Amino acid sequence: MIGRILLATGLWLALVGAAPIRLITQLSQARIDINTTFRGSEMLVFGAIQYPQGSVPDAPPDIAVVVRGPSAPVTVRQKTRIAGIWVNARGVRFESVPGFYAVAATRPIAGLADERTTAIYEIGIRNLQLSPGSGADGNVSRAFEAGLIASRQKAGLFTERPGGVQITRGVLYAARIALPAAVPVGDYTAEIHLVRQGRVLASTSASFLIDKSGFERWVYVMAQENSLAYGLAAVLAALAAGAFAALVTRSRW
Amino acid sequence: MDIYLPIAEMSVNALLIILMGGAVGFLSGMFGVGGGFLTTPLLIFYGIPPAVAVASSATQITGSSVSGALAYWERGQVDVRMGGVLVAGGLVGAGMGQVVFSVLQQLGQIDVVISLVYVLFLSVIGGLMLRDALAALKAARAGVAPPPRRMRHLPWVAALPWKMRFPGSGLYISPLAPLLLGAGVGMLTVIMGIGGGFIMVPAMVYILGMRAQAVVGTSLFQIIFVTAATTLLHATASKSVDIVLALLLLLGGVTGAQVGVRAAQKLSPDRLRLALAIIVLAVAVRLFIGLTLTPDEPFALFEGA
Repeated sequence: MIGRILLATGLWLALVGAAPIRLITQLSQARIDINTTFRGSEMLVFGAIQYPQGSVPDAPPDIAVVVRGPSAPVTVRQKTRIAGIWVNARGVRFESVPGFYAVAATRPIAGLADERTTAIYEIGIRNLQLSPGSGADGNVSRAFEAGLIASRQKAGLFTERPGGVQITRGVLYAARIALPAAVPVGDYTAEIHLVRQGRVLASTSASFLIDKSGFERWVYVMAQENSLAYGLAAVLAALAAGAFAALVTRSRW
Repeated sequence: MDIYLPIAEMSVNALLIILMGGAVGFLSGMFGVGGGFLTTPLLIFYGIPPAVAVASSATQITGSSVSGALAYWERGQVDVRMGGVLVAGGLVGAGMGQVVFSVLQQLGQIDVVISLVYVLFLSVIGGLMLRDALAALKAARAGVAPPPRRMRHLPWVAALPWKMRFPGSGLYISPLAPLLLGAGVGMLTVIMGIGGGFIMVPAMVYILGMRAQAVVGTSLFQIIFVTAATTLLHATASKSVDIVLALLLLLGGVTGAQVGVRAAQKLSPDRLRLALAIIVLAVAVRLFIGLTLTPDEPFALFEGA
């Protein structure tokens, strides 16, 4: 995988004839298992910067690490008071909202590059393209987007950590990305961008998988694929637990 | 002790869930209510998604009602014939409730409707029970005989055709009345994740005029079957039954139910009713505050299509 990325990067560089500054990256795990005791996890994204002719500059470049989870549509509804009761009123549908999005960088996002550049690479929560559905004007959907982002940030699913990437001797970089217990399962990607003087000079990516394992996976698959058998099993388990408790306590009467 | 729930997709404190189940189970055994009217809101306050809370609470009620029902069964306090009619109505109602549940979920209003229906039912029933229990206690304290209980059912119940005997309940009425009652409660079981005992018990006393001894046992009997059907409906339609969550609740629940049954035998029925009325009203007030207080988050998120 990494070999292929390197090869592709090499080819691209040969074609455009740019300075071949390259990023080599590695993840601490290729797969994160959600089991019964899962309380969240941590992904270490690390690697090296390969400079042309191995000449390490005095001032190291900036690195931004973007980790995102599977995208799904989300409808955001505004709560409105009707006759004293808060109800879910009008909603805006966002077509592609990542279930998880984390940015770690060597400095605050605004200081990395201009808005256009960070928007193109979707670096920073405000630069996420959530694709609001048609029907709402710009101001309205922006308010709903802010609500969506605030809610995800509160759940620890959208994070931004300026200073979250450490660079050692101008060559090695590392970022720890915290994955809370509520992370959705699915395919994740980590994108690493090298930024110098406001320009993205090199990018690379690596993917990993978060999935339920063992008992958790078995239960989930059963519930999805054999839902009637799963329901019957749930009822039987409940009946058995109730009958067992009655038998145990009856002997004490 | 944290444990990850496979369907709710979140990590919870297992001990807290077990204790929650225990407290609710105690009430279940004591009052013949499923306790779902407490479990569902408590789970939602904890952060469990409402659909999972409703479905898993129905599963746990099945189990906690079994141990209660068995205890009453041994005392001969279950009217199987009446229970059967209530179950038949309940199954029809549960099917209708599932349709309403899906429509509300699509409209994004399920959580608001759940809370509103709770407030409505809990305050009306809690208020009625409170009035009744206070009157009975006052009469007992004054040393006079309690006002004679109207054992007869309501006039419209007596007017229904095809009367049959319900010896266990001391009744000669049309099965249509309990059938309708069962259907109404079955619908609420699916939407609210409740056994419906807190509606069923007063309705059996005030509407049907059942003999008091058979009320709680028969209510538990019908709850078992209707909640089991509800679990199946939720498992196949919305796939929101979390078996791990239900079993954690049960672990505490079945134990609590046994303790509750024995406590109920020692306490006076009027005091029991007063206590239940106060609990029911307290939950209603808490939910009402939740509905009217300005929310922390001005937006609600709905995942998926």
